[in-house]
This record gives sequence, C-alpha cells and structure tokens, in this order.
Amino acid sequence: MPELLTIVVVEPDPDRARLIVEALDDSGDYQVHVIAERAALARQIAKVNPDVVLIDLADPSRDTIEELTLATGPLDRPVALFVDRSAEGLSTAAIEAGLSAYVVDGLTPTRVRPVLDAAIARFRIMARMRAELAETKRALEERKVIDRAKGLLMRARGIPEDEAYALLRRTAMDQGRRVADVAEALVTAAGLLG
Amino acid sequence: MKKTRLDVGFVPLLDAAPLIVAQEMGFAAEEGLTLDFHSAPSWSSARDALSFGKVAAAHMLAPVPVAMALGLGSGPAPLDALSVLSVNGTVVGVSRDLARRMRDAGHAFDFVDARAAGQALIAAAPEPLRIGVPFPFSMHAELVFYWLSALGRPSPQSLSIRTVPPPLMADAIREGEIDAFCVGEPWGSKAVESGMGELLLPGCAIWAFAPEKVLAVRRDWAEARPDLSGRLIRAVWRAGRWLDTADGRSLAAELLSRPAYLGLAPDLVERGLSGRLTIAASGETRTASRFVRFHEGLANFPWRSQAAWIGSQLAARTGLDRSQAMSAAGTVFRSDIYRAALETTTAELPAGSSRVEGSLSSDSRGATARGEAIWLRDDFFDGRTFEPPF
Repeated sequence: MPELLTIVVVEPDPDRARLIVEALDDSGDYQVHVIAERAALARQIAKVNPDVVLIDLADPSRDTIEELTLATGPLDRPVALFVDRSAEGLSTAAIEAGLSAYVVDGLTPTRVRPVLDAAIARFRIMARMRAELAETKRALEERKVIDRAKGLLMRARGIPEDEAYALLRRTAMDQGRRVADVAEALVTAAGLLG
Repeated sequence: MKKTRLDVGFVPLLDAAPLIVAQEMGFAAEEGLTLDFHSAPSWSSARDALSFGKVAAAHMLAPVPVAMALGLGSGPAPLDALSVLSVNGTVVGVSRDLARRMRDAGHAFDFVDARAAGQALIAAAPEPLRIGVPFPFSMHAELVFYWLSALGRPSPQSLSIRTVPPPLMADAIREGEIDAFCVGEPWGSKAVESGMGELLLPGCAIWAFAPEKVLAVRRDWAEARPDLSGRLIRAVWRAGRWLDTADGRSLAAELLSRPAYLGLAPDLVERGLSGRLTIAASGETRTASRFVRFHEGLANFPWRSQAAWIGSQLAARTGLDRSQAMSAAGTVFRSDIYRAALETTTAELPAGSSRVEGSLSSDSRGATARGEAIWLRDDFFDGRTFEPPF
C-alpha cells in the first residue's frame, strides 16, 4: 500500500479552501494542507514537501511556485505542471476550470487522476459562483444608476416615475443602447453640469 | 476585407505596448488582423495559456522560451520567439532602510554607474542579500545574477533570488522577506509611490541592450502558420517603430492606462516610457535615456546570440552543460522567420543572425544587409563580451 498522497491547496479565502478540501475528502484519502498566507510561499510549500500543489490559475502567487521547479530549488524532487501524457484532456480541463496543478514527476497518473478530477469539478462550481456574484453585483449597480437617472428626470421635467422610466427606455431604443447605459450617461452629464 | 482574429496573451506591464499599440493604432488591421487580448495574472498562466492553445501568441519574458528549450520549469509545448518586443525596461530598487544605509555610506544614487551602485549595495546589505524578481526565468533574474556575481557576490551562498509577484513585492519588503527587487515598469514607480522603496539603477546600466520581452508562439503554430506569424511580426514591428517616436510615447501612455490594459494613471505609465523616473518618495528624479526601446537599433531582431547568452547564464546557475544549453537556446529565437516576414518591408535587417554581445560601447553607424543603420551600444557594465558558439 503506497503512502497517502500529500496535497497542498494554496487558497487565501477560507470558504473556498474549505470547499476544495471537502471535495478532496469525498474523493479519497489524502493528507491535505491548506496554505492561506502567501508570504514565503515557496518555503512553506517546500516544508510540506507535497506530491501535488493546487492553486487558482488567477492567483499571482503562482509564479512563486515556479521557483520550486528549478532543479536547485529547495525541493529535492522536481515539480511540474501536470501534462497530458496518459489522461486525455485533463490539463486542458483544469485550465478551463481555472485550476493550476503542480504534480511531482514520476507520480503515476492513476493516483493523480481522482485528485485532479475532484479539484476540477469543484473549481468549475466556484468559477460559476464567482461569475454569478459578479453578474448580481453588476445588475445591482445598474439598478442604482437607473434609479438616480429617473430621479434626475423627475426633478428636471416634473414628471412621475413611470414616465421618467418610459423616457429612458424610449431614448435607449432610439439610440440602440441599453437603458443602463443611457442612465449612466445622464448621471455623468448631470454630475458635470453640477 | 474580413479580418483574422488572433487571441493574444499579455501581462499588464508597460512593455506589452507593442501588441496593444498594434491593435489600437491600426497596425494589426493593416495586416488583416484583429487582436483579442487576454490579460494574464502571472507569467506562468500566460505561458500555459500559450502552451495549451488558449492564445496563439503572447507577450513573454525572453528567458521563458529558452528555459523551456533547456527543460527547465513547467510547460508542455515548446515555444519560439518570433521577435523581440522590447529591449531594456527593468529597474532595480532597494528597501528604504537599505537606501538610507547606502546614502549614509555616501552613495549618490546617480542611476548610471552599475559598478558603484552594486558595490554600495553589497557593502550595505545583509548577508545573504535577498532580491525579489517576478519570475525565476526572467531578464530581471539574469541581470541581477550577472551584475552581483561580476562584483564578487556569487550565488547562492551570499545572494538569494526570490520569486515575488510584483503586486506582492511591497508586502515582501514590509515583512522583511526581501531587501531589494528588480521589476519591470510601472512596478518600480509603484514601489516608489507606495513609499516602500527607492530606485537604484535601470536595467540598461547593467546590460545596455538586454532583450526583455519577446513575441512568443508555439513552435508548431509558427511552422504551420507562416503567413499569420509573418503578419503578426510586421504589425508589431510597425507598432514598435511608432512607439519609438516622441508623439507615440505620450499617446501610448494614454492607451496603456485604460482599464482593459494596465488600468493605472497615465502619469505613472509615462515615467517608464519617457525614461524620467521618480526614484524616491522625496520626489528626486533621474533620467535614463535608453530606459526602454521598442524599435531603435534594430531592437526587434531576435539575435540567436541573445538567446545563447540567456542559455549560457541559465546553464551556469542550474548546473546544465553550457555548450548544449547554448545550442538549444539558439534555435528558440527565430531570426529565420523574422527575416522572411520583413523581407518585403523597408525594415533594416542585419547581415548575420548572431553577433558578439556586448562589443559596442557607444552608438555607431554600421552596415546592415541592405544599407546602413545606427547600432546602439550593447555593452555590459563590466566590459566583458559574449561570443556565441555559432
């Protein structure tokens, strides 16, 4: 029976880290370490001496991990980004999910595969959640701008709210623009004019 | 004419300018191209996006394709450099504490003399001296190694080069993780603005003609798509020519500062472009005339000897066979593809594709394959030269 795989997850956000650890626990028996603090990242990872390192593709600290791939680095074993040698499309799937994985050379794909599959699935969900959150935020912002534009029109023209909105919508349609964009332009212009 | 769309990766830095300008100023359109930009948060992700085919071409640290050819670091598909996007453009800075000690010892921060600056740094620095660079395979790392080893600080015993992403450089200094750094603009200026460091030396004071970033593509793509690579090389070459004009530089600062590109204040972006840098929070400025070059002196030509120099340096510090490393490196800078792409233009091309690096200690007029051009000085601060094996 081979030793348990040691996995390092680099993730400063505790909620996200927990989600990844849960997904890994569900998929098998591993020794999982979470590193949240980015300072001295290369040395922190070297101390754990992991078989696999998982990190968000968008995390700028990722470049620090590249240091470990140098032969003269603090790790006695070289680390390399998992390459599609046997598992078709695995690296591409990881990258699309926003995950970068470093796997110690010589580790058999059968041992790494379940780890990556679980992490990829979880990263996909998190990427979707992130996109949804951004979308909600944007919608909320637009809502606010439209309300301010309506207020400006109501005051300037002495019209009720539904008419103000109708005016915004008509202008947007005439100009082939979005209502939020017209509202934004109006609010900016009003700001400039004082 | 229907334009061909190309996905292009870049890291938000001043020297992504030739690609951004190629798109924004219509040089790409002249070649029937539309560049779709993908901003990368780190060099490893830019490299992977290129390796795995998410982008067709990318703004890349010159040593990255060389390191990959040497089997160093990660990266599954071999990359080639089609042209040099920029020469020079990095800056060395020190923590405020170290700057104070250097000033107390009488160093004048003249921003010119690499020997004096290096000696002052070594005298004032703790042992080992820890310097942050953005990536293990970068001109930043190579320049720092070259400079301090030439002054008698051989790595790794007394010099520790650490990889620190530029946005985290301030934290690293605050936490006492590093004493000094070498980064590309605008990060040096950002460091001064945030009050965490002072600028000591522009990279060009160490090597006057250091290939900094390259236009990188996958080798198989370059070979399968000679027409597209040719169009891309020409578009970027024209953008570089425009960028090395005075008007070009100030307009470029505006373009680059847009949120989709660097998202920083134009005046911060302009410092590196103009070569007039604020070196300390006190507001002192210094001017480096060749702080970054995009065109002048045949800057875009991918010299095989430049790649060989990088290969030789990498081999020396990773224990690889030096002559094998130099030959492997030489194949990565595709002067053949570059030549073919610019044959039909007015571009000056050198007669050979390899030269003795560091042999020009002043600018001089000299012959090219078809005429004449101004060759810019390319000397190393210690006067050594590098003769490639081919």
